[in-house]
Amino acid sequence: MRDFSYLRASSADEARQAATQAGIMLLAGGTTLLDLAKCGVMEPETVVDITHLSGLGGIEVDENGARIGALAKMGQVADHAGIRAAFPAVSESLSLAASAQLRNMATIGGNLLQRTRCSYFREPDVFPACHKRNPGSGCSALGGVTRNHAVLGTSDTCIASYPGDLAIALVAFDAKVELGGRTVPVDDFFLLPGNTPERETVLERGEMITAITVPASAAAKNSTYLKVRDRQSYEFAAASAAVGLEFEADGRTVRDIRVALGGVATKPWRARGVEQALIGKVLNAETIETASRLAMEGAVSHGANHYKIELAPRVVARAILKVGGLA
Amino acid sequence: MTIMEPRKHGDASDGTVGGRQTRFEGNLKVTGGATYALEYPVEGLAYAILVQSTVAAGRVVKVDTGKALAAPGVLMVLTPDDDMGLLVASDWGGNRPENQPYYPLPKQVQYNGQSVVAVVAESREQAIEAAKLICITYERTAHVASFDDPAAGEGKVMDNLTSGWGDAEAALAAAPVRIEGEYRTPREYHVAMEPHGLTVKWDGDQITVWEPSQWSHGMARSYSEWFGIPYENVRLISPFIGGGFGSKGAALAHGAVAAFAARKLGRPVKLALTRPQNFINYGGRAATRQKIALGATEDGILQAIVHRGASETSTYADWPEQTGAATPILYKVENFSSQHRVVPVNTVTPGALRGPGKNPSAFGIENAIEELAYKLGMDPLELRLKNYADRDYQSGKPWSTRRLREALTEGAEAFGWSKRSHEPRSMRDGRQLIGWGIGCGTFPVIQAPSEAMIRILGNGRVEVVSGAIDMGQGTYTILAQTAAEVFGIPVDQVEVHLGDSRLPGSAIAGGSMLAGSILGAVHKAATAARDELIGLALSDEKSPLRDTGANTLTFGGGRIAVPRDQGPSLTLPELMAALGRDEIEVRRNTLPDGATPQEHHQAWTTMAKVQGPTMGEYSMHSWCAHFAEVRVDEDFGTVRVSRIVSAFDCGRLYNPRLVESQWRGGIIMGIGQALLEEGLVDLRNGRTVNNNMGDYLVPTNADVPDIQVISVGVPDYGASALGGKGVGEVGIVGVAPAIANAVFHATGKRVRDLPITLEKLI
Repeated sequence: MRDFSYLRASSADEARQAATQAGIMLLAGGTTLLDLAKCGVMEPETVVDITHLSGLGGIEVDENGARIGALAKMGQVADHAGIRAAFPAVSESLSLAASAQLRNMATIGGNLLQRTRCSYFREPDVFPACHKRNPGSGCSALGGVTRNHAVLGTSDTCIASYPGDLAIALVAFDAKVELGGRTVPVDDFFLLPGNTPERETVLERGEMITAITVPASAAAKNSTYLKVRDRQSYEFAAASAAVGLEFEADGRTVRDIRVALGGVATKPWRARGVEQALIGKVLNAETIETASRLAMEGAVSHGANHYKIELAPRVVARAILKVGGLA
Repeated sequence: MTIMEPRKHGDASDGTVGGRQTRFEGNLKVTGGATYALEYPVEGLAYAILVQSTVAAGRVVKVDTGKALAAPGVLMVLTPDDDMGLLVASDWGGNRPENQPYYPLPKQVQYNGQSVVAVVAESREQAIEAAKLICITYERTAHVASFDDPAAGEGKVMDNLTSGWGDAEAALAAAPVRIEGEYRTPREYHVAMEPHGLTVKWDGDQITVWEPSQWSHGMARSYSEWFGIPYENVRLISPFIGGGFGSKGAALAHGAVAAFAARKLGRPVKLALTRPQNFINYGGRAATRQKIALGATEDGILQAIVHRGASETSTYADWPEQTGAATPILYKVENFSSQHRVVPVNTVTPGALRGPGKNPSAFGIENAIEELAYKLGMDPLELRLKNYADRDYQSGKPWSTRRLREALTEGAEAFGWSKRSHEPRSMRDGRQLIGWGIGCGTFPVIQAPSEAMIRILGNGRVEVVSGAIDMGQGTYTILAQTAAEVFGIPVDQVEVHLGDSRLPGSAIAGGSMLAGSILGAVHKAATAARDELIGLALSDEKSPLRDTGANTLTFGGGRIAVPRDQGPSLTLPELMAALGRDEIEVRRNTLPDGATPQEHHQAWTTMAKVQGPTMGEYSMHSWCAHFAEVRVDEDFGTVRVSRIVSAFDCGRLYNPRLVESQWRGGIIMGIGQALLEEGLVDLRNGRTVNNNMGDYLVPTNADVPDIQVISVGVPDYGASALGGKGVGEVGIVGVAPAIANAVFHATGKRVRDLPITLEKLI
């Protein structure tokens, strides 16, 4: 790991100011930064520690929704009674992420910004070609070991999957990211790789995530996060789904449904096609199965990740069955 | 977890052999008081790191070190152009080519990840940064990344692994019921918590190496031979090691590099392999494939087994992962044929990993036997019992002990096997398909000579001294128990010193051979020391026991007494004080009387004196039967092991608590092997890409179900002096096929290639 300078910001403004300069990175939980610095993927000249800043770690929940400070720990949010009551999918997505040790260190802001687990991204000396790390250098993953790579939202330059869980739940429930000066919907916060896979979010240099807001809804209250993987714990999703559902008064017709996918796409993936196919429909095993297949519209396999195209709709279907009380 | 009381073996009170004494060094370890090799506080350390090749085959033609040498803190850069003046050391058999130079950083690149350059700096971080400034030019040549690459060819037949009797091909052709399958296991890794590495220091031509080791004497021999210094000049220290699983039995290139750097710099050097290097830089278990054909009568009597196996090896050494190791001895069969090949590919030479050979071998035969059971419509338990091997058909010898029948029947009873429904997919709980499967395992009894020293101190404490290793399996504890039993003292009156090549020689902590070997030596030395003490007590004029008329003494309850209470009794310190002795020291070994000093050296530092399972009049092995229950999600293909019952015949258990831990550890590794573990190689450049613990998965606590272990063994005094057979390796053998068989029972899908990941079931 390259030597770096360490600064403690005395205020959010000071941190933002510092972060306008190249080579300076903000340090919160450090669970991604330290890991990638050891791999030689991130080489900050200076880190600015923001963990002690006050006013950025709160978790507030009322009838309108939740506001989660960027420095709240994953574990705190997962265990928060208000979050668990109003946004079960958010709580579950965090409980099923990482390990207890990491959840106690990692912050919510940093969690959104975690980087892909693509093996080719992580070994620069062996695989110098990576558009994400070094724009224009190529993509080593194409033609390589692709079991964990994305099938949705990929481009010719990058097939790396977004690894996180929380953002999947957030994008399902129209959460927004507060960046100090502006507020951006989570769905717009993350970018598709396109021709610029090095640019993963709309975050500009000098901007800092300060909070996440999630509007309350009946669908969010009746929601779940289902994560499927070979290992029972501490593994990234082979496929996951955040689903929320609100019935009409009849208790069978869909008024509102939210579906988002993890582990299969280059960014947190809202499956609006599945939602549209089910709104106004009576929920049953058949309508769910037919609609869930729409989640994979446009999916492209790269060999070993082909199974995700088969798996993901089943995960979506199971999650809908669960929130629909049909499982 | 359920702990089932095993059968009593010997005295079951805690402190003596057969008791459930807790780990002797446990407190030290959990309180951070145990110092590991990379933690030794040595003054003036320099830090070495390794740079690895990024191509799979070719030659290093140029290394540009200019910028690195100018980088802050850099002390030295070693490249393939540096002649370190080292000589090739002996192999495990003690064979050594004469005056052959050894290049730990070779010019010739034989696999992706081979160490080619080392950087030494004032700090590890400086060395890592400087390494990024080094430019290595390779001349690349074509590589073979896998034994599935057609360019790999069929490989070489290992003649010593070819065996057969009867006429297997003809008997197979004539058999009314036949099955055939190809079974495959991928590259697997040790994933010990403690990384490889060392701290090394020279004083003149004396070298001290702090390095995690499963064999202090064997590894010390390598250092002495590499550097051309007398064996006595090497001291390798390894009192604690954080997991070995077969990977820490031999000195490796990184040790030679660090020791050379330390000598050249004239200051101590520390080198720790990175986690990726711990996957790539030394051998894990080789990938294997094996075709097995079974022929049987319609009522399930095996007529023939034909086995053809292969494993990957490197382009520079043959390491066979013997797929035919368990095949010939698990079942009674009159016609048998087995052959194993090694296929050279551009990988580091594979190595021993828990249950070498037997493990992938059992995966093949134990899958095949259940395939046959389903084809016959027969209960797999019944088929196994029906073909029970009454003797070793390969060697023709009787078993010393073989309680595999008891393992199968008692395991089945504990598991509730009789409640099984035969048809696949016939047991479910909602969307979870439930399946049950069996896998048998075996591991040979291997014996090696060992030496131990016993010191009775004036304060009454007894020291057990041996170069043997405790890598977590319990050497400290059972040696203390042995001495405590001989002297009739509490176990906390015993001190045990281990893990130092200057101490008496010992068998390797590997091949499940250590306990059986070292306990014999400790017992012999302790008994001799006790006899010497008795002799003194009965003859020395200062002894209060002299004129009692007794011709021996008893040791028990911390006191030394005249038999039948016909005289005084003393504690050990009282007797030593009365005798005016500060110390009684006795050293004994299990070599034949009159062994020469050369034979001693050979015995402790090579495998030349190791005895295999059929070298005597019996065939000696440990045995086990695993019963697994899995729950498979029918939509997702995810497999969860919900229950395991395993019954073992490992002879007498010296410490059932520690044995149960070892069995459970093996079973847990078996769960990983069955469901998770696989080295993924990028065929384009031969790199193992999931070379870290985030991508190469081993089981978490959440993946480990209730595991019930049962001992069905009886003391086997042919297998070892105190009646035990090996316990460390056998636990993993047969777990993966038990799970694969359970997955078949649950889903109707036979997955013949490990690991059983979800995409193979959806």
